[in-house]
Amino acid sequence: MHVTRRQFFKLCGASLGGSSIALLGFSPAQALADVRTFKLERTTETRNTCPYCSVSCGLIMYSLGDQAKNAKSSIIHIEGDPDHPVNRGTLCPKGAGLLDFVHSDSRLQYPEYRAPGAKSWQRLSWDEAFSRIARLVKDDRDKNFVAKNAAGATVNRWITTGFLAASASSNESGYLTHKVVRSLGILAFDNQARV
Amino acid sequence: MASQSLDIARRSATTTQPPNVRGDVPKVAKLIDISKCIGCKACQAACMEWNDYRDKVGTCNGTYNNPPDLDADQWTVMRFTEYEPEGGKLEWLIRKDGCMHCADPGCLKACPAPGAIVQYGNGIVDFHEEHCIGCGYCITGCPFDIPRLSKKDGKAYKCTLCSDRVAVGLEPACIKSCPTGALVFGTKDDMIHHAEGRIADLNSRGFAQAALYDPKGVGGTHVMYVLPHGDKPEIYDRLPKDPGISPWVSVWKGVTKPILGLGLGVIALGGFIHYVTKGPNEADDEDAKEDKHERR
Repeated sequence: MHVTRRQFFKLCGASLGGSSIALLGFSPAQALADVRTFKLERTTETRNTCPYCSVSCGLIMYSLGDQAKNAKSSIIHIEGDPDHPVNRGTLCPKGAGLLDFVHSDSRLQYPEYRAPGAKSWQRLSWDEAFSRIARLVKDDRDKNFVAKNAAGATVNRWITTGFLAASASSNESGYLTHKVVRSLGILAFDNQARV
Repeated sequence: MASQSLDIARRSATTTQPPNVRGDVPKVAKLIDISKCIGCKACQAACMEWNDYRDKVGTCNGTYNNPPDLDADQWTVMRFTEYEPEGGKLEWLIRKDGCMHCADPGCLKACPAPGAIVQYGNGIVDFHEEHCIGCGYCITGCPFDIPRLSKKDGKAYKCTLCSDRVAVGLEPACIKSCPTGALVFGTKDDMIHHAEGRIADLNSRGFAQAALYDPKGVGGTHVMYVLPHGDKPEIYDRLPKDPGISPWVSVWKGVTKPILGLGLGVIALGGFIHYVTKGPNEADDEDAKEDKHERR
């Protein structure tokens, strides 16, 4: 297309004038705007307990999907549970950031084993892990269980092994854990319930 | 359209009338009680989770501020100050910084992009980034230096007061997380009432100057502080004592823009009248010759 000098000036003038008028607000849009869509609208709520410290704050985990057969659920948000008497909906920064903990690349999702002196971890099946733990527990208890002390009094203790339980357990699982561990004779037992 | 509680009260660079038949809806407010804040940053984490942004891991700048400043990927930051009052004492002041949601928002007044900044009927000032042109005028217009331009998309971001949560009747994410109850949310009237109780308590504990920070220079704010040292807000990491919108915003938007618009109209009208009365300017022989010459 051939544009003469005169036509070029006309074009420039017209576009400058047009854009100036638009920028000065002579192209009003409708006064409508909307907030961001509420992202928990159709999520599934699941109650849980914070896995970090022994305060054991109540959580609600919001997951995508209605649990229909062909839909794969995914946790998209975690918040404090307002009905939980411990935290009444509040959380600390660790609890408030739990979503990244759930989706972390380095999160442990299956049993792993590192042999003495070995440099790397190797993956185990749950069956292998449980069998190995049971075997070692049994061997150690058979070897080190003390039924009577030097004075001849019955003590039934096993002090070469300790047990760490979770702070987030319910009363019922805490009761069962206590019964199992104490009945084996373990004395070094910590369930982190020190608050 | 959002629920009626979120009717648009004001919209940037827009001259048409917003809907206002439904009358006054209750104004909301966030109250930050500085005397109860322990600086745990749960509000920061909750804000990141709800609003789906993650700042990159930064470096320590010698304070407990983490990250050191607000960013397009960090809409609230706890600002820590070591303050030494008289008598050799030390006070550790912690202020949750973020958008104050001014009743008279400087950002909205300065914004040239229609609909990029809106103020809802309940007082929340919200950015709509899809309309943002990234000019940064909102930063100039803000008396509190809050909006930040993103390096990723060149658009301005700040706290929305979780307008998406408030629209469905929930409190903002930071409010819900706060474990000490330093953050409270409700109608502005209720928050002022709550603050009065807190100030009376602080007065009885030796903070005679405790006061509510709800600066009149910006028409009051929808994020308010209870300051134990209410007479010296600037000790809380440069919280302005008497904030106001930069006079340049009102000079440019209030005076210059209408005059320029009028001038533009006069020029357009003059051009039209000139065209009608004198007609188009015909090319004379000399111009035509020149054109021919150029074409060769």
